[in-house]
Amino acid sequence: MKYLLRIIAAAALAGLAPAAASGQAAPPAPAPAASGIAPAPGGAAPTATAPGGAQPQDVAGPDSGGERPSDSQVAQSTAASQATPDPGIGQPDGGWHLQEQFSPIGEEAAWFHNYILMPAITIISLFVLFLLLWVIVRYRRRANPTPTRTTHNTLLEVVWTLVPVIILVLIAVPSIRLLANQYDPPRADLTIKAIGNQWYWEYEYPDHGVSFVSNILSDEDARRRGEPRLLAVDHRVVVPQGATVKMIVTSNDVVHSWGIPSFWAKIDAVPGRLNETWFRADRPGLYYGQCFELCGARHAYMPIAVEVVTPAQFAAWVGARGGQMPGARPAAPAAAGSAPAGAAPATTAPPATPGAITNSQGGSQ
Amino acid sequence: MTDTTANASHYAAAHADAGHHDADHKPGFFARWFMSTNHKDIGTLYLIFAIVAGILGGGISGLMRLELAEPGVQYLQDWASMLGGSAATFDEGLHFWNVLITAHGLIMVFFMVMPAMIGGFGNWFVPIMIGAPDMAFPRMNNISFWLLPPAFLLLLGSAFVPGGAGNGAGVGWTVYPTLSTSGATGPAVDMAIFSLHLAGASSILGAINFITTIFNMRAPGMTLHKMPLFVWSILVTVFLLLLALPVLAGAITMLLTDRNFGTHFFDAAGGGDPLLYQHLFWFFGHPEVYIMILPGFGMVSQVIATFSRKPVFGYLGMAYAMVSIGVIGFVVWAHHMFSVGMDVNTKMYFTAATMVIAVPTGIKIFSWIATMWGGSLTFETPMLWALGFIFMFTVGGVTGVVLANAGVDTYFHDTYYVVAHFHYVLSLGAVFSLFAGFYYWFGKMWGRDYNELLGKLHFWIFFIGVNVLFFPMHFLGMDSMQRRINDYPDAYAHWNEVASWGYAIMALGMVFFFANIVISLFAGRRTPDNPWGEGATTLEWTLSSPPPFHQFETLPVIDEGGRH
Repeated sequence: MKYLLRIIAAAALAGLAPAAASGQAAPPAPAPAASGIAPAPGGAAPTATAPGGAQPQDVAGPDSGGERPSDSQVAQSTAASQATPDPGIGQPDGGWHLQEQFSPIGEEAAWFHNYILMPAITIISLFVLFLLLWVIVRYRRRANPTPTRTTHNTLLEVVWTLVPVIILVLIAVPSIRLLANQYDPPRADLTIKAIGNQWYWEYEYPDHGVSFVSNILSDEDARRRGEPRLLAVDHRVVVPQGATVKMIVTSNDVVHSWGIPSFWAKIDAVPGRLNETWFRADRPGLYYGQCFELCGARHAYMPIAVEVVTPAQFAAWVGARGGQMPGARPAAPAAAGSAPAGAAPATTAPPATPGAITNSQGGSQ
Repeated sequence: MTDTTANASHYAAAHADAGHHDADHKPGFFARWFMSTNHKDIGTLYLIFAIVAGILGGGISGLMRLELAEPGVQYLQDWASMLGGSAATFDEGLHFWNVLITAHGLIMVFFMVMPAMIGGFGNWFVPIMIGAPDMAFPRMNNISFWLLPPAFLLLLGSAFVPGGAGNGAGVGWTVYPTLSTSGATGPAVDMAIFSLHLAGASSILGAINFITTIFNMRAPGMTLHKMPLFVWSILVTVFLLLLALPVLAGAITMLLTDRNFGTHFFDAAGGGDPLLYQHLFWFFGHPEVYIMILPGFGMVSQVIATFSRKPVFGYLGMAYAMVSIGVIGFVVWAHHMFSVGMDVNTKMYFTAATMVIAVPTGIKIFSWIATMWGGSLTFETPMLWALGFIFMFTVGGVTGVVLANAGVDTYFHDTYYVVAHFHYVLSLGAVFSLFAGFYYWFGKMWGRDYNELLGKLHFWIFFIGVNVLFFPMHFLGMDSMQRRINDYPDAYAHWNEVASWGYAIMALGMVFFFANIVISLFAGRRTPDNPWGEGATTLEWTLSSPPPFHQFETLPVIDEGGRH
């Protein structure tokens, strides 16, 4: 809502009162959904994108000017909409191992899990199993008809108290280090705000003036685009490769959870709270996640897709979305000149955006 | 537990006339079963209740496994239509999924495991094991039980009234706001909350009763440090109940007023905090998981000692390990909430505190093995369940250590890895110990021997079934399949299908369980006082099978000269 106010304020300051009115009409993507359970997963997006794509474009002024591409042009020019996932990468593969990790934290955590925790718990379990089998065989009644009456062995009891303590301390060292690293992100290159809704995600790039609603693709659309069922979305989150991405996550209705397994990132979207997490993906590609907190009937139908692209592709995508790279701000058009600097990009970005190459109305069914 | 063998002469007199006089005067059917003040009858009622609830909760998991057996939504809409009486929409079908997971969790926790362990076996054997004639407050005992059926009916009834997108409470057993407040309109969630209120009141009353009984009604010579470990486990458990359940009651009452009376305890828009509920819930919820497993520890200790023909190794260590698990269990709750956006130092604390629990748990595992070491083991059905318990609980325990690491939990949080973990400690831990106790005391409770062959078939088929059912869930979790979803990306299809077959195997095993009960009750051999021989040293084996309606009218005297 803060953004909505900013948009209106900025627009009004720029003498674009009619735009403010239409801007008010355009972004209510969350409103209809929040008020009820009715909209299908695909339902919210078209209602938001259709007017949003048209109206602000007419009035937003010279900053996007006549160069704003049509929906189909966006689809053509944006790598984000074209990339297909690589098998087994950024998505489940049906195996019995962690998903391959593509962020530094993920690599560190996967190493900790695969080379410290897994061997430790496997050895402990097998050790207990061995002891059990040993007593079953060695001390069965036929092998040992007369039981001892031993009930104490102080040394043994001290040992089996202290050895687990030592093992746990050894586990705790890399564990705490991992935790500290998770909470010690490098300076963010990019901030994205993810807002959970029943049952879709909204994204805002506050520094770029880009925002959009991301909905699940229907099974047919996903298949047509060569993407996995229940994971494909109509509008992906696009981030440049190698950039430290700060995710601000919150919710408009119930608790959701935003997570990308292959980045080792997961944070709850709690109404009334701004949660923060981060990731840095070095490899271009497509990575999927889903909502991880029970959020009502369509909990299984609000996937997340993050596409990692080259910085140039990212800039092109931002442009196609009607936003601006932060560095380009000095060249900002005069129309926004009278608006507060921070709000300037917002005028170009009533939340809803063009680029819906697939109308996913009807949802996943 | 090791020294409670009372000298038979001490209570022989009381025992002898038990069958003839007032001691065995049973009231008429209605008075006996509906107005009972007898701990054994009330224990029996609890066990019957738990079995009925278990059939229902287990049946629900069967529906869930059927739906999850292959990708896509196959049955939910039909089931929702059947239950609702009219054609259900797709969303109502999906909501019905959430009703199923909620009901499965609540039924298994509040209406199966807890009544069976504390109400059932606790009622039956705590008074006998400490040499008491009955519970301290027999009428309160009756109320404790009779609060449960209405609680259960409220929960079942909630499935037929609106609860948001469809009928029933589809909010998960954790009932997190704001899904359970603004996200679930209609009376279903209110009914579920009332159900928990009643079940909680039942448990609190029971807890008071057990504490009083154990502290005040022990037979002469039965010091705290001579009590059987099962009594210790119940003592620790009921303290956890007494301290944890009021917190739950408070939290769900606040939820109720948020839902109905315009308060904003958990509503950020009104200055509240949805996370406050999560903290309150898990302050109850974590002790709750120990409430479900500690009596199992106690039963397994009795069974292992009996069939090893050897006293429990490290009795005091075992008792105080349970006490320390109970104490630490109160200060680790936020490890259920690692992804809510906590401070890094808070996470570090909860990581460390959680891992500490592995130490007393390890003491127990190794002490059980040491109890068997040097023993003379036989492998009757209860012993098989106890051995299965030790290994399965170890597996569930070590995955718990993995999840305790907040940094690692980022990945595993709310995935099937967590589902696998808590089913290994509960479904294969608590439930295995329940079966161990059930077979162990079957003859004592009903006076008829269970059928050993059917019991062993039950064990082996169930053991294979639950492992096929739950072990693949570790793989699904490592592949990051999230919990509580009715449909999943196709990559998860294989392990889900395997798990569903595992459910079928487990269900087949249960056939032998029920067949065993029926056959044994009607055609089983009469059970002698002590069918297990020299290893069974607790007081219940000195009584007839089944025990007289009132036992220990002359208190037994526990011999001095303990072994520890």
